[in-house]
Amino acid sequence: MPNTDSVWILGIHMTKFGKHPDKDTVDLAAEATFGALADAGVRMRDIGVLAAGNLIGGGGLGIGQQLQKQVGQTGIPVYNVANACATGATALRTAVMAVKAGECDFGLAVGVEKLAGAGLLAGKDRKADADTWQPSGRYGAVASVDGRIGTETMPGVFAQIGMEYGHRYGGTSFELFARIAEKNHAHSTLNPLAAYQKRFTVDEIMNDVMIAYPNTRSMCSANCDGAAAAVVVSGEKLRTLSLDQQRRAVKIAASVLTTDPWEEACQVLPNVNTLTRNAAATAYEQAGVGPEDLDLVELHDCFATAELVHYDNLMLCKEGGAVDFFESGATWRDGTTPVNVSGGLESKGHPIAATGIANIWEVCHHLRGEAGDRQIEGATVGLAHVIGLGSACGVHILEKAAV
Amino acid sequence: MASPVPIVDYLVLDGDPHLVANECTRCGARYFDRRNGCANAECGGTEFERVPVATAGEVKAFTIVSFAAPGIPVPFVAALVDCEGTSVRGNLINVDPDPEHLALGMKVRLATYPLGTDSAGTEAVGFGFEPISN
Repeated sequence: MPNTDSVWILGIHMTKFGKHPDKDTVDLAAEATFGALADAGVRMRDIGVLAAGNLIGGGGLGIGQQLQKQVGQTGIPVYNVANACATGATALRTAVMAVKAGECDFGLAVGVEKLAGAGLLAGKDRKADADTWQPSGRYGAVASVDGRIGTETMPGVFAQIGMEYGHRYGGTSFELFARIAEKNHAHSTLNPLAAYQKRFTVDEIMNDVMIAYPNTRSMCSANCDGAAAAVVVSGEKLRTLSLDQQRRAVKIAASVLTTDPWEEACQVLPNVNTLTRNAAATAYEQAGVGPEDLDLVELHDCFATAELVHYDNLMLCKEGGAVDFFESGATWRDGTTPVNVSGGLESKGHPIAATGIANIWEVCHHLRGEAGDRQIEGATVGLAHVIGLGSACGVHILEKAAV
Repeated sequence: MASPVPIVDYLVLDGDPHLVANECTRCGARYFDRRNGCANAECGGTEFERVPVATAGEVKAFTIVSFAAPGIPVPFVAALVDCEGTSVRGNLINVDPDPEHLALGMKVRLATYPLGTDSAGTEAVGFGFEPISN
């Protein structure tokens, strides 16, 4: 009998990540939506709230309404959400909150992005320098500061985040970060929906094109196209559905979103640590589980340097122990805490707004025992984590249904 | 000829070049941008005074950036520098941009360099941090 206080994932779907030159964002979002509705065994007319995200591009009316016009307009409230790389998790959390508040029985969350060939992503739009030096903006800058006063490129920001961890605790090296990427690329060979399914040697990774030391190209998340969608349902409603729906439903044991509490330096170099640690602590408390209970983790490896710090932030290891934890082999798919068995953002790909739902799709597939060749046997509890720089952190803990 | 202008308003060029921060008069939190209020919600301050930031510091994190915005020469070194308790973002300059010449924890000091001259003949001045050689 499902716990009636909880909200459950009833259906979930992700498209193949990669290049979809013949599909636009609405095509991909519709494909994910129809997939999630079919998986849930419900129709658009059953859905009481839609939360949708599409961070880059889009324009005009929100992606939510554009999607409704192709999959079913029923007049329900639509929340178009944006929270950088945590957009998908934010959409899911929005749908969960509406269901939890008792506003509706079924909610739909969708994230979609078209990013294939987008190239290097910077933190902010860059303006061309003016003809004369004119101070402008909050720093009274006479020229673009990106590249002149540090870097705002994502590979560079996250490189420093990994290096800062090394400065604090020691033990990091270029090769260590490359070996994290080696693991995720190896995992991706079992995931047919990954944008890239190619195993690399450590040498190949270290000798790939350098983007921002120590991150080479194959240590960076892959820009690609993709969408993911999830149907959530109240525990009370789930109890009235078929036994098969109840058996495949996945319990959202924790749904948490955090931002940065103020700390010295957090406005100088983004601090992805504190808000992730806060989100994880709240999530473990909500779910009544600890890191040692997790059968698999999908965390936000936007760069190899980021994966390392999140072992620590999610408390998968003892504080300061991320290097030893990785060296122990714990995070490989046959280790004690498999991390990113999907291939992670580095090989599965990172269509930004889709990522936060796709990570949950991966965990759900293992909990349902439907992950095929890459199934983590007997998985009952998993965690999905995303972070959007600026920052927003989403952590969801998922549990296999007891029926 | 007009006097040089700093790349940002928190770089002071008069006398010994140094950075200034907007310091919350209530809790002492330091910021480099124009402020509306203090981000420390426990504090709630809205008054700030400009205070000098130490010009010497220690590198807490760095990266060697090989792909950057158009017009930015690469590779260059971006870093986070701890200037006696105030964290500062800046490039490491006057040092070879390769891992052999860079180290976490290395001691550095503020240095300035010309950014270029605009159509009115005014020079802009940038800043970075250079190694303190022993």
